[in-house]
Amino acid sequence: MLLANIFDWFNHELLSYDTLTYIWFLLLGVLITGYAILDGFDLGVGMLHPFIAKTDTERRLVMNSIGPLWDGNEVWLVTFGGALFAAFPNAYATVFSSFYTAFFLLLTCLIGRAVSLEFRSKVQSPAWRRVWDIGFFLSSLTAALLLGVAAGNIMAGMELGPRFYYEGNLLSQVYWYPMLVGGMTASLFALHGAIYLYLKTEDELQARVKGVILPLFFVFCGIYTLVSVATWFHVPHATDNLYAYPILWGVPILNFFAVLNIPRAMHLGRPGYAFFTSTMVIAALACLFSVAIFPNLMLSNLADENSITVFNGRSSHQTLWTMLVIAVVGIPCVLSYTVVIYWIFRGKVKLDPNSY
Amino acid sequence: MDVEILSRLQFAGTIMFHYLFPPLSIGLGLQLFLCELMYFRTRNLAWEAAARFWTRVFAVNFAMGVATGIVMEFEFGTNWAVYSRFVGDVFGSALAAEGIFAFFLESGFLAVLVFGWDRVGPKMHLFSTAMVFLGSMFSAVWIVVANSWQQTPAGYHIVYHDVQGEMMPRAEITDFWGMVFNPSSVDRLTHTLIGAMVLGAFFVASVCSYYLLKSKHEEVAKRCLQLALPSALLFSFAAAITGHHSAQQLVETQPAKLAAMEAHFETTKEPTGLWLFGWPDAEDEEVKFGVQLPYLLSLMVYNDPTIPVPAMDQIPEEERPPVWLPFQTFHLMVGLGTLMIVVSAAGCWFWFRGTLLEHRKLMWAIVLMPLAAMTANQAGWITAEVGRQPWIVYPSTQDGVEMIGLKTADGLSESVTAEQVLSSIILFGVIYSLLFAVWVFVLNNKIQHGPESPEELVEYKAKIGKGDMSELIEHQGTSRGRGMMDEGVL
Ligand code: HDD
Ligand code: HEM
Ligand code: HEM
Repeated sequence: MLLANIFDWFNHELLSYDTLTYIWFLLLGVLITGYAILDGFDLGVGMLHPFIAKTDTERRLVMNSIGPLWDGNEVWLVTFGGALFAAFPNAYATVFSSFYTAFFLLLTCLIGRAVSLEFRSKVQSPAWRRVWDIGFFLSSLTAALLLGVAAGNIMAGMELGPRFYYEGNLLSQVYWYPMLVGGMTASLFALHGAIYLYLKTEDELQARVKGVILPLFFVFCGIYTLVSVATWFHVPHATDNLYAYPILWGVPILNFFAVLNIPRAMHLGRPGYAFFTSTMVIAALACLFSVAIFPNLMLSNLADENSITVFNGRSSHQTLWTMLVIAVVGIPCVLSYTVVIYWIFRGKVKLDPNSY
Repeated sequence: MDVEILSRLQFAGTIMFHYLFPPLSIGLGLQLFLCELMYFRTRNLAWEAAARFWTRVFAVNFAMGVATGIVMEFEFGTNWAVYSRFVGDVFGSALAAEGIFAFFLESGFLAVLVFGWDRVGPKMHLFSTAMVFLGSMFSAVWIVVANSWQQTPAGYHIVYHDVQGEMMPRAEITDFWGMVFNPSSVDRLTHTLIGAMVLGAFFVASVCSYYLLKSKHEEVAKRCLQLALPSALLFSFAAAITGHHSAQQLVETQPAKLAAMEAHFETTKEPTGLWLFGWPDAEDEEVKFGVQLPYLLSLMVYNDPTIPVPAMDQIPEEERPPVWLPFQTFHLMVGLGTLMIVVSAAGCWFWFRGTLLEHRKLMWAIVLMPLAAMTANQAGWITAEVGRQPWIVYPSTQDGVEMIGLKTADGLSESVTAEQVLSSIILFGVIYSLLFAVWVFVLNNKIQHGPESPEELVEYKAKIGKGDMSELIEHQGTSRGRGMMDEGVL
């Protein structure tokens, strides 16, 4: 009884409906950022796979660098989907039905990646393995591009009619701006993946990985600059929140320095620090993205009142509260075994008979 | 074809494909855990060899479950947007809980289970196996709760929201535990989990019988069979009992579904009989070529052979589900369930008399049983879901207040076109067919290769102990050859 009273007090006195709404916007941000950071290096490793690894053993080393981890990393996306469904059902419904085709392509890629990893080393035939190598590469690259294209569209706003009814189509989703964001995402993930691989590999393979880090860095910087400029002109509302709360300018500034810190850390011979920095770059970009869209979850280009915001998209007070309890119980568990798993599989990749 | 038919086809196809894998993962998870537990207690290497072998099979299956599950997670949004808006408040929480409580647990410890054999100690490994098994049960818990809520909603009310001038209804939680323990969730969950256990037990029994028939891997096969046969019998019985409970629950909550399953068209004053088989014709409201046992349906659902069961004529015409499909799939499930009880009972009987190996026909029947268990699982879901039509969310009465339901035809995405759905069906049809072929091929490879013998395991462990891995790795993936080093263990 007492417990129930305390619960109710938290629910109604301490955390108002709006506070809970902000918390859930934040938590969803954390989930998708976690996904981008963790699966980001998996996708990056997939993109680099055919270029970096020459022999069969090297390819297996590259795949096994993410072998025990990729599934857990993908669960961040799955949980993001579930949490979006529960916390902002209108956004879940509209976003996924309006990106219908793009989304099914993304799902195809995620399936492709999972099975390429799983099946590649099961048969000792060069042709069999080549097919899965190609599948691994293509699905990783396309997934990264698609995630970026989706982010670009959300950033720029979409053809959202009255009552959350999407009026655009596939063609209105693929134009230069989202493509550019897609390119940025892919290059960032490739860079992030390269640094990760550098940490996980040794000798000749590691030297080859090192060779691509700087070029990837410059590619990323180029597209990053283009996207920044393009956003300034094409998505003027993106900076509204920054002007409203000038302290938020800290995020892009920190981001800028974080980007520069990557080659510095590599040069200092501290790859762990470089990896931490590229993680921060992804986190900062995700933060900027959230700041830029807030309070919209899906901005309408047709009329402001059509947009799905955190307010007209959210579920009931009771659900947001229940879900928060679920999250508070669940997240520490998730973090603790994530740490355990990463600890068990720390260090350089070594093949053993249990590997892919 | 219109969006509705296509979306339903797509949902049915993708979920049924997904559901090929999870029940095997759940059921095999238990067998795997038991083998490892036996190893832990007896330190007999045959058990370890068995556990290592089932892990390899498990991993292949699990990867398919993951790959196809991700599709499901998003399909509510892509194809059933109106439905998602209507139920998000209730249904979404269960789905999110599944992610947080189940999938993280499974995927995390799966890494240790699969890749950790030579990296962590036996205690930690056993613990990880237990966690993976627990995680897979949790995912069934939450998803079946969500699905049961659609069938028998509870713990919610309907609230109308003004969206730009139109009042849109939505189901909102009032009582979380009331939602979780809705009238059908416990019955359906236990029955579903047991269905998975049946499959897992028969799968192990099948592979082991096959080895014994071919005189291969006999030591490991005999040990596993000793676990698998009794559990197959136990779970087959449990499936019948829990299924019976489900039917009793249905007459209260979804009489239309029960009437469809039994092709019971006309309510009578006399007690109701049970069709053994037949060919229901919904037009003429009769069952053709059928054989009916009197009193039995009344006895089954009320524990009393004299009370008549309400029939389809009690249901308004536009709310009646299809009859033919639920009738056939239900009878198929029950028939296969009975068959499985018979086969596993015979198997146990001869096993304990020590004469099983002489009954080769019976052994071949056991080899085929996983197909029966898989079919029963699929058939059960078809019964449950088609019998739910035309509702996607059933209407209900909460605290004396009538709550509206949602019809399947009204749950579609507004902005998705038939071409889009059709192309995704074609795309996934191709991908899934290929995947299925690859899965069968790789699984067959694993089974043909089989477990190591305890002696090979000793040799292998000595090599690992010396850090002499090169030879073990070189031969990764050879599907011919015998020794364990030939094929990558995963
Ligand atoms: C190996 C699997 C298996 C076996 C042997 C059986 N079932 Fe089953 N059945 C399932 C696997 C299953 C399932 C896949 O788990 C279902 C689908 C939906 C659900 O809740 O469980 C199901 C559903 C289901 C339903 C519908 C529940 C609902 O819609 O709410 C009923 C009435 C039964 N079963 C009854 C039986 C009976 C009387 C059986 C007697 C032998 C039986 N089942 C054997
Ligand atoms: C929580 C889990 C599940 C949910 C939420 C769910 C929900 C749905 C939905 C939304 C549809 C489409 C609308 C319709 O046609 O009724 C559907 C149809 C269907 N589902 Fe499920 N389902 C679940 C589990 C399953 C499983 C595990 C299976 C079987 C393997 C299954 C088999 C089917 C079939 C065969 C249909 C087609 C019915 C028809 O179109 O007449 N479902 N389900
Ligand atoms: C429409 C409903 C369903 C959805 C949305 C869904 C979603 C998912 C997702 C996203 C995964 C991958 C998790 C990962 O990445 O690790 C998955 C796997 C799994 N699902 Fe489903 N699922 C559905 C139906 C079911 C049903 C009815 C069951 C069991 C009764 C089930 C049991 C499992 C299990 C045990 C796994 C782990 C993988 C495996 O065992 O093969 N799912 N599901």
